[in-house]
Amino acid sequence: MSSGTFAPAPARAPMRAILRSQIRMELVLTARRGEAVVLAMGVPLLVLLGAGLTDVTTVPGDDRLAYVVPGVLALTVMSTAFTGQAITTGYERSYGVLKRLGASPLTRPGLLISKTAAVLSLIVVQLLVLAAVGIAVGWRPEAGQLLPAIGVTVLATAAYSGLALLLASVLKPETTTGAATLIYVLMLAAGGIMFTAPDVAVVLPLAAHAEALRATLSHGAAVPVNDWLSLAAWAVVCVTAAVKKMRWE
Amino acid sequence: MSDGAVEVREVVVRYGATTAVDGVSLTVPRGRVLALLGHNGAGKTSLLQVCEGFRPADGGECRVLGLDPVRDHDELMPRLGIMLQSGGVYPWATAGEILRLFASFSANPLNPDMLMDRLGLRKFERTRFRRLSGGEQQRLSLAIALVGRPELVFLDEPTAGMDTEARHTTWQLINELRDHGVSVLLTTHLLDEAERLADDVVIMRAGRVAATGTPAELTAAAGIDLLEVRADAGLKPESVHFKAVETSPGEYAVSGALDAAVIAEVLTWFATSGAQVTAVNSRRRTLEDVYLALTKDNRAGVGR
Repeated sequence: MSSGTFAPAPARAPMRAILRSQIRMELVLTARRGEAVVLAMGVPLLVLLGAGLTDVTTVPGDDRLAYVVPGVLALTVMSTAFTGQAITTGYERSYGVLKRLGASPLTRPGLLISKTAAVLSLIVVQLLVLAAVGIAVGWRPEAGQLLPAIGVTVLATAAYSGLALLLASVLKPETTTGAATLIYVLMLAAGGIMFTAPDVAVVLPLAAHAEALRATLSHGAAVPVNDWLSLAAWAVVCVTAAVKKMRWE
Repeated sequence: MSDGAVEVREVVVRYGATTAVDGVSLTVPRGRVLALLGHNGAGKTSLLQVCEGFRPADGGECRVLGLDPVRDHDELMPRLGIMLQSGGVYPWATAGEILRLFASFSANPLNPDMLMDRLGLRKFERTRFRRLSGGEQQRLSLAIALVGRPELVFLDEPTAGMDTEARHTTWQLINELRDHGVSVLLTTHLLDEAERLADDVVIMRAGRVAATGTPAELTAAAGIDLLEVRADAGLKPESVHFKAVETSPGEYAVSGALDAAVIAEVLTWFATSGAQVTAVNSRRRTLEDVYLALTKDNRAGVGR
């Protein structure tokens, strides 16, 4: 064969290295987008401090923080896994980024793995920071039911990610942004975060997740069965629909 | 099928009721440059999309480096360099970040700094993609396509939006790719680009192969076919080599086999008759004329 600068010598880097650099790129770009950071940290902090420390809203029970902090944790998971991811993915699809990266040594499955890993690591950081702020202002969590709390959070993340990819695949990016933001606001209002939600709200993933986190983290109790069922159903339906409808360009 | 870098046989691509590619066959031999020449909408990009594995063919067969671009997608991708016509890059990432990201996908990438220097991208290393001009974005896309030391590159309108200097740099680079053993399939709507770069030219028109040929055949078919001369009125230029008509007083349309010798003869005629020549314009044949000419040649058995 020929020699020279451009002499062919293709070789895929080890998949671990490929995924690592793609995950880093996803995180760098998220941090660079101002509105994503506000959505990810600003709004949850505002709700936590506003509704947790003042009497602007009516919440059940005497311990406002025991009600509000788990709700804010659930809200944060939704804002990152659903709203943020739907908006980003919608624009990446319209810019041809998904198409181009899918046709690189990263491959399409690699791209999905990277996105999921980036969202998960972001969520872990956000939850740790918000929980620390909550504890600093007087929230007293229970550690006994931590594993079930992580379990419902993983289910909620899967459901939100599926819904995000579904929305980004079937709608135009501008419509996706509008729809994802609207859903965020509606869930915030009806999801039992800042004030009491009606009992039927448990069919919403945010309300179910918030209730499950309140039971486990604030009261050291088991996750109510209805919350497990609601979140599991959302996860199965959303992920299945996303797999079926996923569009790369 | 033989073992060309790209083997396309009777490929059909449909979008709903529209047939974008209608039974195209072509071969890109290894280590050669094939240019798909045609106007926008001729089906060039659709054919490329099939070769790149973005969509399956609706009919016919396509093998790339001996593999099926859809079924063997993940195995094939590290061996290809793909340059899309537009987009494909995070608008918020800088040129340097993007190129290094793609370099990190390869076990043995080209040096990103070297590529940025070669393509004049160094000063944009820290510029976000969306702030780059169209030509700068194209150059970055080309760098991305090459960074993994591919065996075969697909370049979709590689010089669209580039200024003259960048176009020459890109042409040099493509010639170098061929010299170093890389196979290239590129699309273009520019006659001169196909003439200068390609070993083989395939002209597409309305989803079909209208003509095939070498750049030499293309150049011959794309000669000057009309000379307009403005001089004194009422002259009667005559020769066995050209035909002249006075289209309006003092305006002469000269046709014939207008190579350099015949053009000299035309001007000599005006000089010896003592005419004041105030303007000379040549009109080159359009792509339309060229593929008509090439198709005619093919019918006469000159082409391949």
